[in-house]
Amino acid sequence: MSTLVIAEHDNRELKPATLNTVEAAKALGSDINLLVAGKDCAGVATAAASIPDVSKVYIADNEAYEHQLAENVSLLILDLAQQHDAILAPATVNNKNSMPRVAALLGVSQISDVISIKADGIFKRPIYAGNVIATVKSNDPKWIVTVRTTAFDACSAEGGSAPIENLEVIHDAKLSSFVKEEVAVSDRPELTAAEIVISGGRGMQNGDNFKLLEGIADKLGAAMGASRAAVDAGFVPNDMQVGQTGKIVAPDLYIAVGISGAIQHLAGMKDSKVIVAINKDEDAPIFQVADYGLVADLFEALPEFEAKI
Amino acid sequence: MKVLVAVKRVVDYNVKVRPKSDGSDVDINNVKMSINPFCEIAVEEAIRLKEAGIAEEIIAVSIGGAQVQEQIRTALALGADRGIHVQTEDSLEPLEIARLLKSILDKEEPTLVITGKQSIDGDHNQTGQMLAALAGIPQGTFASEITIERDHISVIREVDGGLQTVKLSLPAVVTTDLRLNEPRYASLPNIMKAKKKPLDVFTPEELGVELSNHIDLVGVEPPPDRQAGIKVDDVDALVDKLRNEAKVI
Ligand SMILES: Cc1cc2nc3c(=O)[nH]c(=O)nc-3n(C[C@H](O)[C@H](O)[C@H](O)COP(=O)(O)OP(=O)(O)OC[C@H]3O[C@@H](n4cnc5c(N)ncnc54)[C@H](O)[C@@H]3O)c2cc1C
Ligand SMILES: Nc1ncnc2c1ncn2[C@@H]1O[C@H](COP(=O)(O)O)[C@@H](O)[C@H]1O
Repeated sequence: MSTLVIAEHDNRELKPATLNTVEAAKALGSDINLLVAGKDCAGVATAAASIPDVSKVYIADNEAYEHQLAENVSLLILDLAQQHDAILAPATVNNKNSMPRVAALLGVSQISDVISIKADGIFKRPIYAGNVIATVKSNDPKWIVTVRTTAFDACSAEGGSAPIENLEVIHDAKLSSFVKEEVAVSDRPELTAAEIVISGGRGMQNGDNFKLLEGIADKLGAAMGASRAAVDAGFVPNDMQVGQTGKIVAPDLYIAVGISGAIQHLAGMKDSKVIVAINKDEDAPIFQVADYGLVADLFEALPEFEAKI
Repeated sequence: MKVLVAVKRVVDYNVKVRPKSDGSDVDINNVKMSINPFCEIAVEEAIRLKEAGIAEEIIAVSIGGAQVQEQIRTALALGADRGIHVQTEDSLEPLEIARLLKSILDKEEPTLVITGKQSIDGDHNQTGQMLAALAGIPQGTFASEITIERDHISVIREVDGGLQTVKLSLPAVVTTDLRLNEPRYASLPNIMKAKKKPLDVFTPEELGVELSNHIDLVGVEPPPDRQAGIKVDDVDALVDKLRNEAKVI
C-alpha cells in the first residue's frame, strides 16, 4: 500500500509546500504517490515527477478542478483513497477546504496541522494556539492528515523521474461554481516560504505607512506579513495575516514592527529562527520571544534601519 | 428561510492554558469559558440575515455537557430564536460533531448552516466541511462576505492568495472568517428575555447517532521554550547583531 500526497500548485507552478509534505510522508515508509488536480497543469505534473522518492504522479486535468472547488476535488481524492492507506496534504487553504470532506466521506477522522509523524499512526499537533502540543493516535484504517509545512524540511525537487498517470474521471458535483478571484500579485517571495519576513501591526497606523516596511523588504528580499489588527483595520489584505488563524511562518529571520505579541500572533511565528521586535512599549509581550528587541518609535527606527542594511 | 448556527463552548481566547502536571490533558479547571469567537461571528451573521428580512428563524445548536447551555443562551440573547442542546459528556472529534449536526439538519432542514471556521481550542478547522460532505451540500469556507440571491448564495472566501468568490446552490454550509462581521454585545433586557426562549435537549441516541472514537489522546506537553533574548540600544547595534552574531542579513 502507499501514501498519497496532494500537490499544492496554481496550475502553473508546483508550490514548495508540496516538498515539505513529501518529506513528512517519508516517515510512513511506504511508496509515495502525488496527485496534481487542476486545469492545464501538465507543467506542474512534470515538476512533481522530478521529486526524488515519488513513485507515481497522478494528473487530473479538467475544468472541474481548475479552482480547487472542494465539492469536486474531494470526490477525486476519494477515488484514489482506495489504493492508499494515508493521504497527506499541506495545511494550505485549499486543503483545509477539501480534506475534511474526504475524511467525512470515508468515515474517518482528519488529523489537522501535524508537526510530527510516526509510522505507527502517532502524530503530534499544536492545539490552543500552540500553547500545548498534543500527541494523538489514530485508530482509523486510513489516515487523512494535513501537514504544518514549517515543521518539516523541504525535500529535493530534482533528480526523480516518476511516471505520470492520467486520470480521465471528471467529478463535477454541480453544487458550486467559481465566480472570480482577487489575487495579490507581488514580486516578493511567498510569505510561507520566505527566508525573511517583516510584519507590521496596528502600530503602523495606516496602510500607507507599510511603505516603510516595503523598502526594507526589497533590500532584504523579504516577504511581508501583518497582525490581525492591521488586516482588520484595512491597512493590508487578509492574505498577509500571520497567526493562529492566518498563516504559519518559520523563516530564518522574522521582524515584528508595531506588533504587541498576542498569543494568537505568536502562534504563527514563534518557530522562526531569529526574531526581531521593534516596539515603543518596552513591556510589550513580543519582547518575551524576541532574540533582539529594539525599544523605539518605528517611524524613527525604520528609515534608519533601511539606510543601514 | 431557516438558519442553523453551530456554537461551541471553548476556553476564552485570553486564557493561556497549560498541560496538567501528569501530561494527560490540558488543565481547564476554573478557567473562563466563552463562546468560540468564530461562532460569535456565525451568530451575528445569522442575525443580520434576519434583520435584512432574509432569515425567518435562527436555531443555535451546541453539543457537549450541560454547561454548553450557557453558550446557547448567549446566542439566544444575541438574537437566535431557539436552541438545541445535544447532550454528550465527551469532548468529541469533529467527525462525530458533524454526524450529530447532520442528524439535526435532517430534522430541521435549514436552508443555511453557519459554523465557525475553527474552534480555538482544538484548532481543527474541519466540522463545517465534514457536515457539508455528509449532507451532500456545498460549502463556502472562510467567508468574509455572503450574499443570498434567490436559490443560491455567493460567498467571498479568504484564500491563501487573496479573495475568491464562489456561487453555491442552497442549502449550503458557510464557515466564518474574522472579517465577516463584528459581533454585537447582548443587552441586559435581551439576556433576560433569552431565558424564556425555547431550548430542546436531545441525546445522541434520540438522534439515532452512535458515537465512535477514532483518535486517542496519548498526552500533551508544553511547546519548546523560547528564551527571551536581549534588548539592543539602537539601530546600529541591531544591524551589527543581525550581521555578525545571528548572520541572517
Ligand atoms: C479568534 C481570534 C483569532 C485571532 N487570530 C489572530 C491571528 O491569526 N493573527 C494575529 O496577529 N492576531 C490574531 N488575533 C488577534 C490578537 O488577539 C491581537 O488582537 C492582535 O494580534 C493584535 O495586533 P497588534 O499587535 O498589531 O495590535 P496591538 O495589540 O494594538 O499592538 C500594537 C503595538 O504597536 C506598538 N506601537 C504603536 N505605535 C508604535 C510606534 N510608533 N512605534 C513602535 N511601536 C508602536 C504598541 O506599543 C503595541 O505594542 C486573533 C484574535 C482572536 C480572538
Ligand atoms: N461541540 C460543538 N458544538 C457545536 N458546534 C461545534 C462544536 N464543535 C465544533 N463546532 C462548530 O464547528 C466549528 C469548527 O470547529 P472545528 O472543526 O473543531 O475547528 C466551530 O466554530 C463550531 O461552529
